[in-house]
Amino acid sequence: MHSFATLRQLSTGLENGEFSAVELATHYLALIASNQQINGFITVDEERTLAIAVKADTDRAHGRATPLTGVPIAHKDIFCTQGMLTTCGSKMLHNFVAPYDATVVYALDQAGAVTLGKTNMDEFAMGSSNENSFFGAVTNPWHIEHVPGGSSGGSAAVVAAGLAPAATGTDTGGSIRQPAAFCGITGLKPTYGRVSRYGMIAFASSLDQGGALTRDAEDSALLLSYMAGYDKKDSTSVQRQDQWLTDIPSAGIGNPAEKLTIGLPTEYFIDIDAGYIDQVRQTFEQLGHKCVDVSLSHTDVAIAAYYVIAGAEASTNLSRYDGVRFGHRCEQPESLHDLYQRSRSEGLGAEVQRRILTGTYALSVGYFDAYYLKAQKIRRLIAEDFTAALTQADVILTPTTPAPAFRLNALTKDPVAMYQQDKFTVPVSLAGLPALSMPCGFVEGLPVGAQLIAPAFREDLLLGLAKQYQTETDWHLATPQTHAGSA
Amino acid sequence: MFAAVIYSPILPRKPLINIQHLARLARLSIDDQAEQSARDHLANIIAMIDSMRSVDTDNVVPMAHPMDATQRLREDKVTENVDRDQFQANAPATAQGYYLVPQVIDSGE
Repeated sequence: MHSFATLRQLSTGLENGEFSAVELATHYLALIASNQQINGFITVDEERTLAIAVKADTDRAHGRATPLTGVPIAHKDIFCTQGMLTTCGSKMLHNFVAPYDATVVYALDQAGAVTLGKTNMDEFAMGSSNENSFFGAVTNPWHIEHVPGGSSGGSAAVVAAGLAPAATGTDTGGSIRQPAAFCGITGLKPTYGRVSRYGMIAFASSLDQGGALTRDAEDSALLLSYMAGYDKKDSTSVQRQDQWLTDIPSAGIGNPAEKLTIGLPTEYFIDIDAGYIDQVRQTFEQLGHKCVDVSLSHTDVAIAAYYVIAGAEASTNLSRYDGVRFGHRCEQPESLHDLYQRSRSEGLGAEVQRRILTGTYALSVGYFDAYYLKAQKIRRLIAEDFTAALTQADVILTPTTPAPAFRLNALTKDPVAMYQQDKFTVPVSLAGLPALSMPCGFVEGLPVGAQLIAPAFREDLLLGLAKQYQTETDWHLATPQTHAGSA
Repeated sequence: MFAAVIYSPILPRKPLINIQHLARLARLSIDDQAEQSARDHLANIIAMIDSMRSVDTDNVVPMAHPMDATQRLREDKVTENVDRDQFQANAPATAQGYYLVPQVIDSGE
């Protein structure tokens, strides 16, 4: 086995008896223990991992295996895991042990996947650099002085560093796609409603969506096929019958249709050096697809609308952290009000408090219409932009980020500049559409990503095109160890 | 009585942020040392979100859910029971199945 193996390669190895699930888990646990510098994990429980691996080996021996049985994965520490710490990167939940499993965790457990641990993240998924974690910043495996992106920065970094073959993540405004791009891996944010949010700690409920960070598109499809599905415990879960999704574990992702039309939104190419997207475009044209210019005219106000909506929803969702039922509680509270205020101020970090205040402001008396309602109207205009563009094109192609991974501490003092890092991922989130980031080159030794966007519930288009691209190119095979520009 | 934001009558329109009022609403406490930086950051964020004003949204229907779905309801009946001890294992202070908080009701003495 080699550390940069895909889920499918590991599955085949287990199937052929080349190694056992216990050997595989032991191998990865040793790698994790000897590579602490990137700080990608918050919690690793070796005993628990090995116990699951033992069960996976038994299941395989008795012919009860799925392709994921015995294959290790990591979970973002936003997904509740019964009997194991779930911190969400926050001091507030530093001691929280969930009494139940998130649906995503349960589904992957049922498939036999072996959880290696819980990955580091920006506190409550609020951040684009993973510098907002109570458990310390994560570093980029390609360059130790650069950020891995966020908020699923730990998940992206451990997959890029070969410490886990795949990881779950969540994406509210780009939190899977941006770290995937910064770390040179494949990240999929499914359609809103595709993956259950039950047990996924809430940040902005009308935007949050679980997804996968993997070495390639095929692995992404495989993980999605087990993560996706209707869940009555999530009121926004959508009931779908997609044959292509059911077929993935046995047949993989199908080839995309010939001669697709791929739209490039002109607004995404202003003032940025994205020559690497031209290369992607050429590859797709050589494959027989057609590329056309499209327009997404409200792109420049998406960040503003997003920070109002996400802030408002966050301020509401995070009111549950009151120091009473779970989480951090201040010492010696003098009154109930004092208990609330000090527990929250001590337990929540600076960026989380900033977003709560932004949301409180937007929802306060007299400002609701001017901010929250206005943002929801802009959200519709943005969604309509995508609907129109996706009548001219089957799929949209953009850079995932305006630039490659920035240096640690470069933007921490300027929240608004930090927010702009998400300007190419946020509009998709507002529209609820599926999008995938795939590695497509390097700029100054750091990986960059291309983002593909499809109509709602057409992840098959994204996965098919990305698989086709990854058959033609080998950017997704580069690793920090093999790449000349690595630190 | 408290306005979250008061617009100065002098142009350019710059919001004066009552940070302590917002903090009270959000049940946060911001000390004197942190107040200036919190106010500056929030002012920058508000200036950024004010760019929304440039968009004409007359006759646009607000979008609350990306699929325009409405809340799904279910029958109002018990489907599962919680294990109180397990849930309260996470609580900072409990007694006899109750969550403990500082006294909120006057003892009347």
